Amino acid sequence: MTLRKDLAIIADWITPQSRILDLGCGEGELLAYLRTEKGVQGYGVEIEEARVVAAIRRGIPVIQQDLDRGLRNFADHSVDTVVLSLTLQASTYPRELLLEMLRVGREVIVTFPNMGHWHARWQLGVLGRMPMTDVLPHTWYDTPNIHLCTIRDFESLCRNSGIVIHQRIVLNDHRRETWRNRLLPNLFGEVALYRCALGAR
Amino acid sequence: MPAEIPADSVGLVIPQTVTFSAPLELECGRDLPGYTLTYETYGTLNAQRSNAILLCHALSGDHHAAGYHSMNDRKPGWWEHLLGPGKAMDTERFFFICANFIGSCKGSTGPASINPETGTPWGLDFPMVTVRDWVKTQADLADHLGIAQWAAVVGGSLGGMQVMQWTMDYPERLRHAVVIAAASKLTAQNIAFNEVCRQAIMTDPDFHGGRYYAHATKPRRGLSLARMIGHITYLSDDAMRTKFGRDTRGGKAFSFGFDVDFEVESYLRYQGSSFVERFDANSYLYITKALDYFDPANAFGGNLAEAFASTQAGFLVISFSSDWRFSPERSREIVQALYTCNQDVSYAEIEAEHGHDSFLMPIPQYVAVLSAYLGRVAEEMGI
Repeated sequence: MTLRKDLAIIADWITPQSRILDLGCGEGELLAYLRTEKGVQGYGVEIEEARVVAAIRRGIPVIQQDLDRGLRNFADHSVDTVVLSLTLQASTYPRELLLEMLRVGREVIVTFPNMGHWHARWQLGVLGRMPMTDVLPHTWYDTPNIHLCTIRDFESLCRNSGIVIHQRIVLNDHRRETWRNRLLPNLFGEVALYRCALGAR
Repeated sequence: MPAEIPADSVGLVIPQTVTFSAPLELECGRDLPGYTLTYETYGTLNAQRSNAILLCHALSGDHHAAGYHSMNDRKPGWWEHLLGPGKAMDTERFFFICANFIGSCKGSTGPASINPETGTPWGLDFPMVTVRDWVKTQADLADHLGIAQWAAVVGGSLGGMQVMQWTMDYPERLRHAVVIAAASKLTAQNIAFNEVCRQAIMTDPDFHGGRYYAHATKPRRGLSLARMIGHITYLSDDAMRTKFGRDTRGGKAFSFGFDVDFEVESYLRYQGSSFVERFDANSYLYITKALDYFDPANAFGGNLAEAFASTQAGFLVISFSSDWRFSPERSREIVQALYTCNQDVSYAEIEAEHGHDSFLMPIPQYVAVLSAYLGRVAEEMGI
């Protein structure tokens, strides 16, 4: 079983035998992998009907729920890690969602498409068009992605919200980690992956 | 009457009965001196006896879940849309059993049965039965049929309550639990509806304290009213609007009297009077009480997660958006409790306009979810 590179990094970050919640789990690829390879106990949360069916067919426990209506049904610290993979930008209340995730899990893993990527900047800054990329393939008028941000934006949100970043990996448009991504992540990173927790208060 | 039986139906089925002569100790503290269960089966039990699925029926349901009893039947069994060869509940893979619960009136022992001590019908001397008692009798049936473990127990509404009780009382005897349009306990509003229904029956002059059998009559008006009330709560506002609107019967002008004007009145009256022909009023009383009493969390100080803590089954919970009698919120409580106590649970909230009755309908997403889950169960069991 091989995973997409960004999912493989998330899988690496997950502690074996831990308990996780995968928000916007899609068809449950990540959870299926984690359950068999790492003995993880996990639940997916998904709103889209066909994906719920696909996850069930895969044998993944999946809860059909709208993330925009909050995570109230999940108790404080009821899982080790909450994952939000390429979904933050589609949520109505990204900051509230992040804080809710940090209430439910000890640690959160968040990944999102970086709007600071040079290709997006080129499209907006030079061509004067709203960016469309591999990870953001939608037209501006027909996109679920309503809260796009850059790496700097996200890190500023974390700083202002008492969220501590434990680890960051930035992948380029070929989903690879290169020296350029490390040097200028906000320019060359297409997908950003973060491990975060709440800072001591 | 079916001119011919559809290819995706289980076809003609014959109900079977089994009688247990040992006294059954009931939750209310009384004993039932032996009892009979009437049940039907669909599909074939495999050599390992591993493909059996128990179906639990709802208030007015019975053991006749699918197929026809004769070519003269007007309608097939109550879960015909979902149960049959190649359907969501696939009789080519699984062996299904559905038994009428005791206290009912469809062939299993109930208040209309003869009390061996008096030689007359039990009436209200019949002991109070609960969901827990039903599950116990179903376990007796499983023993009788040589089924040590169900691949799954599946039920809707009151049937879903039995499924939950199964996971708690016999955790090792089922691998999967499918709880559809159910609740872990009734709300005050729900109990209130049941009480109005019971009062309608018990205040009917033909009720005779439940001994109407001896008077060669029955509380027709009361039972009919109870069914009419029930029917309103099983449908959604939207479903009623779509089905009847404010249409008058036959498009006629208002009568300016108290006869039937509107289609919806005509429909309810028909539902009420036809129900009287096929259901015993005392059974309605007993079964609604069993619904009211169901509350497995009660023994755990109201903590449902603790009630589920020792269960071993995988769960699928399904609710319907327009169901206000057993609303999605009630199902979410079940899911939350299962999540809290680390049980495997999947939850699907189906967009549907038919209210509580949705669980009987072949709604595509509902069918897809149920097929996917049971398909997975079949794979897991190597069926």
